[in-house]
Order: sequence, then structure tokens, then C-alpha cells
Amino acid sequence: MKYAWWPGCVARGGTPELYTSTVAVLKRLGIEVEEMHDFSCTGAGVLQERNLKLGDALNIRNFAIAEKMGLKEIMTICSTCQGVMGQAHWRVMRDPEYLREINATIAEEGLEYMGGVVVKHLVWILVEEYGVEELKKHFTRNLSCLRVAPFYGCYILRPTNSLGFEKAPARETSLEAVIAATGAEVVDFRGKKACCGLPILLINQENSLKMVAQHTGTAKDLGADAMVTPCPLCHLNLDGYQDKAASKNRPGGQRINLPILHFPQLLGLAMGMGPEELGMPKHIVGTRELAATVRQKATVVNR
Amino acid sequence: MQATVRVRRFNPEQPGAQPRFEEFALEVPQNTTVLDALIKIREDTDGTFGVRCSCRASICGSCAMRVNGQAKLACKTKIIDVASNGQPVIVEPMGNMPVIKDLITDMTIFWDKVRQVEPYLQPEGPEPQGEYIASNESMNHLVGVMNCIMCGACVSDCTSLAVDKNFIAPAALAKAYRFVADPRDGAKKRRLGMLNEYGGVWDCTRCMYCIEVCPKGVAPMDRIMKMRDLAMQHGYNNTAGARHTESFARSVKSDGLLNETRLAIDSTGLLNIPGQLAQVPIGIKTLMKGKLPNPLGHKIPARKRIKKVFEKVEDGKR
Repeated sequence: MKYAWWPGCVARGGTPELYTSTVAVLKRLGIEVEEMHDFSCTGAGVLQERNLKLGDALNIRNFAIAEKMGLKEIMTICSTCQGVMGQAHWRVMRDPEYLREINATIAEEGLEYMGGVVVKHLVWILVEEYGVEELKKHFTRNLSCLRVAPFYGCYILRPTNSLGFEKAPARETSLEAVIAATGAEVVDFRGKKACCGLPILLINQENSLKMVAQHTGTAKDLGADAMVTPCPLCHLNLDGYQDKAASKNRPGGQRINLPILHFPQLLGLAMGMGPEELGMPKHIVGTRELAATVRQKATVVNR
Repeated sequence: MQATVRVRRFNPEQPGAQPRFEEFALEVPQNTTVLDALIKIREDTDGTFGVRCSCRASICGSCAMRVNGQAKLACKTKIIDVASNGQPVIVEPMGNMPVIKDLITDMTIFWDKVRQVEPYLQPEGPEPQGEYIASNESMNHLVGVMNCIMCGACVSDCTSLAVDKNFIAPAALAKAYRFVADPRDGAKKRRLGMLNEYGGVWDCTRCMYCIEVCPKGVAPMDRIMKMRDLAMQHGYNNTAGARHTESFARSVKSDGLLNETRLAIDSTGLLNIPGQLAQVPIGIKTLMKGKLPNPLGHKIPARKRIKKVFEKVEDGKR
């Protein structure tokens, strides 16, 4: 199946390494995608706070474009895009009158959404369609030398009414499943489901940085070598502001030095790709030590 | 049905006591709630076990606690729904509040915040001869907020409150909305002014925990978002939060995508020189890594169509 791929704003802005690593990994996995150049920003929950209908209209427009192209599934690589698009879809599909109202706002463009599109994050696609066993066939390294903490991002966890966990329970632990598939040890902690702090970074930076320090610090203290996230917005904060957060919140301002991996980067490492190919040198928190551990200690998988 | 309940025990009055988990194996009927199980433990096994409850029918809001890491009403949660694959059900006291004993928390912080938002009508103008009459339409949308039973579940799991005790937090903010949006209240603008300050509506991270854990569908975060919009409509535009929302909307309207660099500059405020300077180090770091987002932003080919959608929805223009 060919997916309608929506990379989102941040994968082409603040975290370009997510975009390139996704392309590299999809190619290896043989997942066929068509990038949606005409999609707009989903609103990320920010436009929705100002005008919910506006946010829904932009997302329904995106769905209608994919539907018109004959594509049945939209693939996201951002927890926020996933959650916001999923909520918009849930709202219009339970209220035909509302859908008609929304469709009226995109009719001029020759678009009408009929309800035939499903939105799925890449991590969901892997655990419920592609299959973890199939995924493992592409791994050439066993990452048992690593301890990896998951960090989901709010929108891919809440509110559950529009996330389909009941029908697809694998989604709820998708990140742990993929970490375990690479051979790495999962570092479990309560903060994996919390907020990274990014939404208030520019509003109440003190609180935002406390969240960064708390989550990355806890994972580090539990022995994590890296944290992995399916959300580039979380990455912006957990990676970009980790040093500042540590200097303000850790005892003695001690650095945390926990590399934050985008979800496809972890897959890439297990596939034997190098850190450059995965864009890891672009991270703010250094990844050299992590890359060296993988190079020196990861065992080659015999197939 | 066999059930295993792992309960967090703690009695701060006991010298040197530390929180610990204790496991209880019980034989219970299929329809047993978590609260039924806890009461059974107290009555059959350990009379010193501390659990607070009253109505047992999700009306009084006394038995909020964390079940498997998430705040719930124990009386509204069936064991069978939370004991996946025979795993023990983990029961802990609410978060963000000090423990009095075992599962009983001190809700002072909760009530203080409710008082802080002045949870009573403050009409203005001359008193009417009879009752204050409000139309059904003007009150119907408030029914959801009035369903709040003050159990504290949303406050327990609030991620902003977890890092900042000054945050008014979801329950009290939802209560504030109940009066802000009441047509009979005369203090709307003053209320919004207070809620626009530090600790108010803009300090919510939008993590959606409160929406998820509320046993009554109050959706506090949705009310907080409404108040952000109302605050802006009432002229409270000069906050980082308001500038953040405006800048976000502006870039999506003109480019179809978010302009992250512009968002950082606009939210901080153009004239806020110390604030802008504080952003320089991270700007330099990202520049050196070759990933400072282009200040001019990215534009999608169909951006003019996005602008039209904005106009149609926001302004009703064609």
C-alpha cells in the first residue's frame, strides 16, 4: 500500500534530521509513500485553541486531498500531527452535519471529504500493519548494549476517545515494542507519558525547562543511554533545551547528556546505518558517545 | 475471580516511615470495583488501611486515586477492566497532593485554588425584581462544567502543577470558566484579567491529562482554551501566550506552515530585548548545527487556498 506521507512542519524546520532519517528508513523497509506537498499545518492544538472549526477545516482539507488522490492512509511522523488530525477526524465523523459545514469551507477548491481516510503514525503502522517480526528482518545489529527510555508526546496518548486504542491496543505500547525489537533494554518511567514542556517554552520557560530536566534527568538516573521519541516537538525541547534545563534545575547545574533520538533514528541504528546518514550530528546534545557504543558493542545479527 | 491489588502504603505520622507497596490477593465477584476491593482489604485483612470514600456511586468525589498510574474514581473503575492479563492492579494516592495516610490525600491545595477563582456569581447593575433569568441557550453549554464533583482527579495528574504549585490547575480553571461564561456574572473582564496572569490560563501545557482522567466529562483543558480566546477578545493581548497564538495563526494563514523562528521572536515580544537576547545562544547552537529554521519560513504551493479557508471560517468572507 502507498501511504500519503505528511512530514509536518517541524521535520522540515527545526528537526530536519527527522525528515532525512525517515526517508532513509522507509526506503530500507520498502514502505512506499507519496509526500503531501499541498497539505497545511494541522494547527498543532494552537490554532484549535483560537478557533476549533478553523483547525478542523484545515485538517479535513488535508484528508480530502489524500482521498482525492486515491490514498487510503495518511502516515504521520509527529505525535502532535497524529493526535490533532485524529481528533479532527473523530469530530467530523461523529457529526455528519458538522462535516457538511466543514466541507462547505473547502468546496471552492473542488474538495469534499467523504470519510475514507485513516491517519496513522509510522510507529503505529509498524506495530499493527508492517509487524514487528517483519521489521526485525531488516535489523543487522542487535542493540542490547543500549538502554533506551521511551517518550511518547501527549497527543499520541490523549485523549483516548480519538486514538483507537480499544481496537488497536498495540498502539499504547508501540514505542516499547519497537525499542525491544532492536534488542535494546526499555527504561520505563512515569514521565514517558507526560508533557515535554514545549507548548509553554515561549510562554513560561521556567516551567517548561523543569519538565525537560525532570524527564531527561529521571531517565538518565535510571541508567538510560538514550531517549527515543516519535514527536519532533518533544525533540525540540528535550534535545535543544536539555543543557539549559539542567543548568537551572539539576544539583550543581550538572549536565544530563542524554541523547534524544527521533524514532526512525533508532530503527536506522538497528539497520546498521551510520550516525551521519541518520542526521545525528545535527542534534544539540552530543550523540558521538552513543554512536561509538553502537559501533563497538552492538552485535551483528546473523540471519 | 482472583484479583491482585498492589497498594501504596504510607503513614507519615509514623517516625521514619517510607512509602512502600503491599500486595493483596482477593477472591472477588466479576463486577467488583477497585473501591469494593479496597474496602474488603480494610474490613477483612487490615483495619489500619486508609481509604476515603462515601457514596460509592461516583457522585461524591471522595475516592479519587491513581489506578495503574492514572487518576480515577475507585468506585467507578471495575477491577476486571484494569487487571490486564492477571497483572496486579496498582493503586496509589492522587499526585500533586500530600498523603495523609495510605490512599488518603490532603486536598487543601485543591480547595485553595477553587477559592482563588472566586467561585460565586458577582452580578453587576441593579438587582432585578425577581430572579435573575438566564435563557436555556446561554446556560446549556455550562452543564458539562457544572458536572464537576470536585474529586481532584484532574489536579492529581496535572503536569503543569507538578512543576509549579502556583498554577491554578484544571479544576479551579474549569470552575472559573463556569462563571466567566455565565450570562448573569458581571465580573467577566476582571476575572479574565486575573486568569491572564502568571499561574492562569496560559500556563497550561495542553497535555490533555485532565480531559483524559475526568470521570465526569468536564474537559477542563477545553475550558482553559476557551478562556484564552476570551481573554484575547477582551483585550488581553499583550502576553507571550496571546502573541504565540497570533503568530502561529499568522504564519499558517500566509504560508500554510508554521514558521518556528518567527514564532519564537513574536512570542517573546519584539521590544523585549532581554528576552530576545536570551534566545541568541540556542539560535547560535542550531545555526552551527545547520538547522536554524529559515526565518522567512517555508511555504506550501497551495498557501493561497489556506488563506481562503481562514477567511471563510474566521471572517465568513467568500
